[in-house]
Amino acid sequence: MKEVDARGLSCPEPVMLTEEAMKSEAGAIRVLVTEPHQKMNVEKCVWDHGRNCTSTETEDGFAVVIEPKK
Amino acid sequence: MNLTDSKKKLALAGLVCGLVAACLAYFGNPANMAFCIACFIRDTAGALGLHSTETVQYARPEIIGLVLGAFLISAATKEYRSTAGSSPMVRFVLGMILAIGSLVFLGCPLRMIIRMSAGDLNAWVALIGFILGVGTGVIALKKGFSLGRAHLTNRMSGGVMPVLMLGILVLALATTLLKSSQSGPGSMHAPIALSLIGGLIFGAFAQKSRMCFAGSIRDVILMRNFDLLTIIGSFFVVMLIYNVATGNFNLAFNTPGVIAHSEHLWNILGMYAVGFAAVLAGGCPLRQLILAGQGSSDSAMTVIGMFIGAALAHNLGLAASATALNPETQEITAGSVPLNGKAAVIICIAVCFIIGFLNKRSENK
Repeated sequence: MKEVDARGLSCPEPVMLTEEAMKSEAGAIRVLVTEPHQKMNVEKCVWDHGRNCTSTETEDGFAVVIEPKK
Repeated sequence: MNLTDSKKKLALAGLVCGLVAACLAYFGNPANMAFCIACFIRDTAGALGLHSTETVQYARPEIIGLVLGAFLISAATKEYRSTAGSSPMVRFVLGMILAIGSLVFLGCPLRMIIRMSAGDLNAWVALIGFILGVGTGVIALKKGFSLGRAHLTNRMSGGVMPVLMLGILVLALATTLLKSSQSGPGSMHAPIALSLIGGLIFGAFAQKSRMCFAGSIRDVILMRNFDLLTIIGSFFVVMLIYNVATGNFNLAFNTPGVIAHSEHLWNILGMYAVGFAAVLAGGCPLRQLILAGQGSSDSAMTVIGMFIGAALAHNLGLAASATALNPETQEITAGSVPLNGKAAVIICIAVCFIIGFLNKRSENK
């Protein structure tokens, strides 16, 4: 699974990196972020692109797993 | 509590913050400065003796309330995270630029919106510069700009800024150590308790809604996302209604008493520097205070940069003077930006370009 490590990066970098990854990867993508608002921004970005995701809390933030493109 | 999942909730946050600002203006804050981050940091820097301009010295409880409000709500909703390490000294410099650019225009982005809602056409001119500055920051972001990663650090580090703010509040309430203006904008303020409560409410709603004046325009340019702009829109509407209702709406350029000037080029360039620096720092002056409250030591460095920048703006004669009316002769003296201020803005913009186009994400793996 492709991984985007956006931990500790300032807004809007996590969303920009997620968008970039979704353009090049049709399969599942795991995005790592630190802040709760970044998790929400990434989720919103994924939904805006017509894909689904599920988020879980990690030791140092959150992991948003984007489902493969349908 | 999540205020970011619908535009209605975001608009509500803007409405509440607008009501707080209107309330504080009604109860004594300078009318068109109802809630200005740069002005209030400058006043607080003056109260601490960091500069000696006697008309702008007052420990503004709004600033203290903003940081403490963000701290308390983020702790209560488990969003407090003590982080540090993302180019802190670069962020310090960006903080200085935010303050200097704001004081050349005479207001932060928040006050720009408040001035726009009062019909001050100078603020509408400055908006052009602000949008262009944000746009330049977006170009830097698209070219890979990054200040690198922040890391989780000791819990105490993130709590230092809220504790320092609490310390200023204690000094203001329990001692006579802090300076307090007897005339001028610094002498005009709402009662302390009201200002503090207003700051706490504003801080809490700004934290939960991610309110950011630079971020709102950045998101529109970068992602065609209007979420954050919704907050600013409803804030503007509330202030517009307040200004019309109280007779403070005056559609004009030369408006003595508003604390503004009509040097259009420098209004544009001042806010250009602010917009550019705010995108590079990840948020406007308000957002920096909120992030500092929720544990970011990097944003706390930006806030300290704003204190030093504001102090320098007055110590080195960089801040603009406002258009004023002589009550005896009824003569209007046009406000202006001193030569030192013009030079400082040019330097600030040059520094933004250096920071924006030399810090790449690829260097910070």
